[in-house]
Amino acid sequence: MSDTALTAARRLLPSRGSRGGRRPLHDRRSGLLTILMWTCGLYFLFPLVWLVISSTKSNTDLFTTFGLWFGHRFSLWENLVDVFTSQDGIFLRWLGNTALYAGAGAVGAAALATLAGYAFAKYDFPGGKILFSVTLGAIMIPLTALAIPTYLLFSKAGITNSPWSVILPSMVSPFGVYLMRVYASDAIPDTLIEAARVDGAGEFRTFWRVGLRLLAPGIVTVFLFSLVATWNNYFLPLVMLNSSTMYPITVGLAQEQAASAAGGGAQILFSTVITGSFVSVVPLIVSFLYLQRYWQTGLATGGVKG
Amino acid sequence: MTSVTVADVSARGSTHRAKRTITAGKRKQHLAAYLFVVPFFVVFLAMLIVPLAYSGYLSLFATRIVGGVSFVGFDNYMKAFRDPAFFAGLSRVALVLGVQVPIMLGLALFFALALDSGRVRGSKALRLLIFVPHAVPGVVATLMWGYLYGQDFGPIAQFFRTIGLPAPNLLAEGTVLGSIMNIVTWEFVGYNMIIMYSALRAIPTEMYEAAEIDGAGQWRVAWSIKIPAIRPAILLTVIFSVIGSFQLFNEPSLLHNIAPNAINDAFTPNYYAFNLAFISLNINYASAIAFLLGITIMILSYVVQLSTQKREVRR
Repeated sequence: MSDTALTAARRLLPSRGSRGGRRPLHDRRSGLLTILMWTCGLYFLFPLVWLVISSTKSNTDLFTTFGLWFGHRFSLWENLVDVFTSQDGIFLRWLGNTALYAGAGAVGAAALATLAGYAFAKYDFPGGKILFSVTLGAIMIPLTALAIPTYLLFSKAGITNSPWSVILPSMVSPFGVYLMRVYASDAIPDTLIEAARVDGAGEFRTFWRVGLRLLAPGIVTVFLFSLVATWNNYFLPLVMLNSSTMYPITVGLAQEQAASAAGGGAQILFSTVITGSFVSVVPLIVSFLYLQRYWQTGLATGGVKG
Repeated sequence: MTSVTVADVSARGSTHRAKRTITAGKRKQHLAAYLFVVPFFVVFLAMLIVPLAYSGYLSLFATRIVGGVSFVGFDNYMKAFRDPAFFAGLSRVALVLGVQVPIMLGLALFFALALDSGRVRGSKALRLLIFVPHAVPGVVATLMWGYLYGQDFGPIAQFFRTIGLPAPNLLAEGTVLGSIMNIVTWEFVGYNMIIMYSALRAIPTEMYEAAEIDGAGQWRVAWSIKIPAIRPAILLTVIFSVIGSFQLFNEPSLLHNIAPNAINDAFTPNYYAFNLAFISLNINYASAIAFLLGITIMILSYVVQLSTQKREVRR
């Protein structure tokens, strides 16, 4: 990736000395622009409002009452019971699988990216530049082009339909390495490393004691978006897994959606699919609101718009 | 151990003396650096390079009825170039790239500029609101919109029926691509907006305060100062959009479940590769399609980068 993109990403990272409160000289707020923007905002809210309202409706009310208002009965509780008990409570298992795949994948990705990014930023070693440009080039490799051959290789190794088949590919994050390099070169002063060396600390001790502490915000950022990328991934688990007890929530919901559409709601109720979607979104939105700072500053990964 | 410390101290002291003593200390640092990058590159090699090479390798073979698997050179690629289904998929993706991406990025830029201008009330809440769809998995987003478009209990159809008009079929063959474009826009406007917005916040205020005092309007400031200043961020969003558009899979795959007649097996190249591999079990041809897709994306991303760089040189 070019230098221009490099500076762009650098701007996305949480910086310590960012421009503070810019206050206008006088109130410049515009009523027209405010109205226009909030009208646009409704568009982004509309499907979510519909989802919340619909998950309080029984399957019959879904069909007989207006979509953007509540039904005759408030059936959220019944729907939740349906979600968690249908197919022997497999929904909870899907949530657990998702947490496992996303958690393990993100820990792995963050650890690998932190080590590599630190080395690229703070060591001038033979071959380092070439290795880094190889990593940058890999950002553009579409992950979906890899899922099919990876599946074939995994099936030869006998690890398809196992957690590893989803976790291992999720641990590679070239963009994470790139972000960590950018972050490390700003966050860790060279003099600090030199001082540690003078004190007789070994390279790993220096990294452990000095580097990790200063890199913490960057690590959280890389961890978070690896987590979200794996959490949201549909293609990879769809390819890798074939028993429904192994599914993450995305593949499970898609399967329920297909079953309800095929059976006209006979096997699985539409209300169950909708409430299931609602339940699966809640932890993401809550974590999003809590960890906004990291999301906003680090979210440039996108490559995995899975 | 002492020699290491001495070498390091001298490295900090004067440079020409450090050059002479590139000995144990430096070597130890190089070793440490390699140990730091090795874990990543082992996984990188195993999960990225090997599958990529394997995909290229597989694409050179074909399963024949007589004789089983045999080497066929570039036959699969030749087949792809003459495959109308593949091209139909590619042209759909090109349409997304030509229509949806400019709309999405235009909206994102407009929102980012509006929020940065400080002229919108409740801008912090609004920023969150526009960005929230990014927290929704693509599968759930498609699922929701699929039901919203639907004839049975979709509020859009309900609305049309209430005012006495026939409800438009948003999941028909001719309309479904537009419906997909809307889903992708909904999902990614906020994401692109945040990239641009963060870049806008990083522009030093002095750059445009003078212009504002001189009486330049907001549009003029945005066009002549702000947009040029955040060109790298815009470039990043363009590249990500190219990569994302070519990989479209979730939306057609899930909408296929509720509108099987509107979405065929080759609706997008990626969906085609998946169906070839897992429904038709034609692994070799699927690999060729996936490989072609990968190459196309990489070339396009480079073209985007080069074209903007050239413009910068000319200035």
